[in-house]
Amino acid sequence: MREMAGLDEGTPLFAQVAERLAAEIADGGLAEGERVPSTNELAAFYRINPATAAKGINVLADEGLLDKRRGIGMFVAAGSRATLLARRRAGFTERYVEPLLTEATRLGIGSEELIALIKECSDERRGVAV
Amino acid sequence: MTPAVSVTGLTRRYPDHVALDDVHLTIGTETITGLLGRNGAGKTTLLRILAGQEFPSSGSVHVLGSPPAENENVLRRLVLVREDQEYPDYQGYPDFKVSHALRAASFCYQNWDAGLASSLLEDFGLRANKAVKSLSRGQRSALGITIGLAARAEVTLFDEPYAGLDAVARQVFYDRLLAEYADFPRTVVLSTHLIDEAAALFENVVVIDRGRVVLDAAADGLRGMVTAVSGPVLAVDSFTQGRPVWERRGLGSQASVVMVGQLSGEDRERARSLGLDLAPLSLQQLVARAPGWAVGAGSLTERTSV
Repeated sequence: MREMAGLDEGTPLFAQVAERLAAEIADGGLAEGERVPSTNELAAFYRINPATAAKGINVLADEGLLDKRRGIGMFVAAGSRATLLARRRAGFTERYVEPLLTEATRLGIGSEELIALIKECSDERRGVAV
Repeated sequence: MTPAVSVTGLTRRYPDHVALDDVHLTIGTETITGLLGRNGAGKTTLLRILAGQEFPSSGSVHVLGSPPAENENVLRRLVLVREDQEYPDYQGYPDFKVSHALRAASFCYQNWDAGLASSLLEDFGLRANKAVKSLSRGQRSALGITIGLAARAEVTLFDEPYAGLDAVARQVFYDRLLAEYADFPRTVVLSTHLIDEAAALFENVVVIDRGRVVLDAAADGLRGMVTAVSGPVLAVDSFTQGRPVWERRGLGSQASVVMVGQLSGEDRERARSLGLDLAPLSLQQLVARAPGWAVGAGSLTERTSV
């Protein structure tokens, strides 16, 4: 569908729903112990089939990140946020550092220069913040 | 559980052509299925046979566990909304109004929800006291959709239901369909050629070409299943080596290859480092190519989940 609240074409929707929910938990938007949106709420929001939304929720439930409370719904499990943040940290090198190095190599930027660039950007941000 | 629809060896022959040719199909209860294919592929004939409005030449058709033809017990639990739907007698009765069409429908369907019908009319901006004969094409479609949803029939068939509806009205239809399905789960089959805008609604898709089912699969499993890879020839070849390839085009030092198989994060990373461009094929693009690979194209023809 044209407007699926920003979901992309190239990956299965259930995986994208799972990823979005995980990101929301990691960022604290969904607190531990809080109820996560129901299958139908997610389906209506993303404009997707409810079975697809359910599959996305089940990915997180199977990983122990959500608890099912019979007749009420799914809730963010205790310790989920820490688990997700640790996972994100572990993927940081692969997701951000390696592509950065690939592009830097392509442009002939050496690691010394790269480190200096990062420091410069970081200082600038800090400067703005102060 | 008995499937909502079960079709085996269904053939429908006309004097001059074969509309359906040995169709086998199962549609699970309370699922939304997209029935896709080109004009004249046999979608309408199939839906009309499911609705008992046409008869098979051979083969067996079961809807809600029984053959639908002349079967009151099936037909009052089923609704078919057709493209360019005609309404009973409106040619003979110039005063036949939208409200009359709704009243007639309320007698046909045991789960009819009048409140839902009026809220749908409001969403579509259609007045109940308007004469049916003066409706525009889009308004007739809106009336058909209203009846199809408000019928709350266990089996709800939509055959290209939105001729003349603009994008906003179609979005109303999709949103109300999902909301209705959530509140009152039912088996929905929607035939459409606006595939990409409806793709995310489907749990399963069935593609028909020249009377035959060429694809019957879980819709979400097809997403990202086929990708166009383009870039320098050597990089493209190295990346796609050992993977099923549908099509290959080259121009000078550049190549573009359409390959089958989900890509992992690692694959994407590798493509990026090789300087390759990855463009996933949309469902619409997949369906356009479906006749070419037909039965036996491996993983794509199997349901990837239930």
